[in-house]
Amino acid sequence: FSCGAEGLSTPSVFQDTQEKEAVTPERAEEAKLKAKYPNLGHKPGGSDFLMKRLQKGQKYFDSGDYNMAKAKMKNKQLPSAGPDKNLVTGDHIPTPQDLPQRKSSLVTSKLAG
Amino acid sequence: FLGAGGGNDIQWCFSQVKGAVDDDVAEADIISTVEFNHSGELLATGDKGGRVVIFQQEQENKTQSHSRGEYNVYSTFQSHEPEFDYLKSLEIEEKINKIRWLPQKNAAQFLLSTNDKTIKLWKISERDKRPEGYNLKEEDGRYRDPTTVTTLRVPVFRPMDLMVEASPRRIFANAHTYHINSISINSDYETYLSADDLRINLWHLEITDRSFNIVDIKPANMEELTEVITAAEFHPNSCNTFVYSSSKGTIRLCDMRASALCDRHSKLFEEPEDPSNRSFFSEIISSISDVKFSHSGRYMMTRDYLSVKIWDLNMENRPVETYQVHEYLRSKLCSLYENDCIFDKFECCWNGSDRQERLFSTEPFLSSFPPLCSIVMTGSYNNFFRMFDRNTKRDITLEASRENNKPRTVLKPRKVCASGKRKKDEISVDSLDFNKKILHTAWHPKENIIAVATTNNLYIFQDKMN
Repeated sequence: FSCGAEGLSTPSVFQDTQEKEAVTPERAEEAKLKAKYPNLGHKPGGSDFLMKRLQKGQKYFDSGDYNMAKAKMKNKQLPSAGPDKNLVTGDHIPTPQDLPQRKSSLVTSKLAG
Repeated sequence: FLGAGGGNDIQWCFSQVKGAVDDDVAEADIISTVEFNHSGELLATGDKGGRVVIFQQEQENKTQSHSRGEYNVYSTFQSHEPEFDYLKSLEIEEKINKIRWLPQKNAAQFLLSTNDKTIKLWKISERDKRPEGYNLKEEDGRYRDPTTVTTLRVPVFRPMDLMVEASPRRIFANAHTYHINSISINSDYETYLSADDLRINLWHLEITDRSFNIVDIKPANMEELTEVITAAEFHPNSCNTFVYSSSKGTIRLCDMRASALCDRHSKLFEEPEDPSNRSFFSEIISSISDVKFSHSGRYMMTRDYLSVKIWDLNMENRPVETYQVHEYLRSKLCSLYENDCIFDKFECCWNGSDRQERLFSTEPFLSSFPPLCSIVMTGSYNNFFRMFDRNTKRDITLEASRENNKPRTVLKPRKVCASGKRKKDEISVDSLDFNKKILHTAWHPKENIIAVATTNNLYIFQDKMN
């Protein structure tokens, strides 16, 4: 083992000689982020980000849309999902087939090769 | 650093690397978990494609005394398949989130593997003989015309080429609304827990149609959600005790004897934060991505984005040790947030035979005790991984790369230059490859052998045997 100083160092606090207060690296990064995205939520790491985590895997096929679109189709010939396969809700009838097919891997893992 | 200090200094050498050489990585090949079994003879990996590959260590060869047995493929199978829950419009990934081995009770091996929603108990067994000499069947399985049978014989078992079979023995499904992040087998070897973002369930290994909810942090109004469960583990010795960590950097220890629903913790471990240091990133980087008890059960280790912390179970108000994994990233948090790397979930592990405490005051004088050795390991970016020796307080950065693959050559330590003038052999922070992450590492339970997973390759390193 080397006696790496980086192992146990505390966060560096650098002084900008032109400012009166010390700015931690974290705060400087925060200022950069806010400058780029002024509308970023004011709740740091709050509900929005957690909700996104909980909703991972949500896809857009909606049986409500499907049935409503089918009901509308009485007289009109509604197209099924057009060239843009990502758009499966709206005016055209979404179908389970429109969702990108997830096939399981039939190939053996390369770790076993 | 070579030879400095006592006999505890480990010199790591490349041993093996598994996986494809090409840079074009298929999603399915991304390794998502690595775990040694209790003896260290078997090493399992899980990947994003839902597959499990198990390697077995060769028996030690007397003529090759300078290296331990190599790990070769023992079994591979498809553990989980992609599913679509039409009721919830939810796509369920087949990615294996965790594998945990059961201790071996008989000739077969058992492991639990889980994806986001379903846990499976797999039995891995060997077949090295087969019955031959049936009266009514030919050797290839075709039935014989009974009228041609003129004598009877007793079928016998004859040796055959070893066949390793994996079969799912239990499927524990439909108990998790949210995504499973952890499974942990209890020290009673009969029960285990599974944890998702908001709930923890207790199962019996024999029973698949019932599960007990032991922690539920879902708020009545989801708008009030402020934290999620990120990891959970049973205590290694107390079968009634477990811990779970949160996205806010806290760890709660619960005792199942206290009540059926352990919503009230017995202990809450939290390091006080300096409010003047608080920033947009504070909570995100404090989120704990992994929690692991030490073998004695007296300590636990947590991993958050920038550091590894060691906690004494007897002290809740702060960790006893903090090790900075890659402090130089603190001034890069803005870009790490933009490219999502700030949400990477690094794991951590203890050395296999971690021994931290002297059992008796006379111990140093008795040479029969193994030396104190307590080292923790975790991954970083650029295919770097870090080790911290808790006794000597020294740390090292090593790299998992095919360029270093000369067996028995000691790995060269790496150094990242945070700012200022970069010395020769150092790498600057801006040159780090953030796509090369080491999230999963494992340490052999008895020997100094480690398994380190890069995106799609598995490296095995061992200490240099003299």
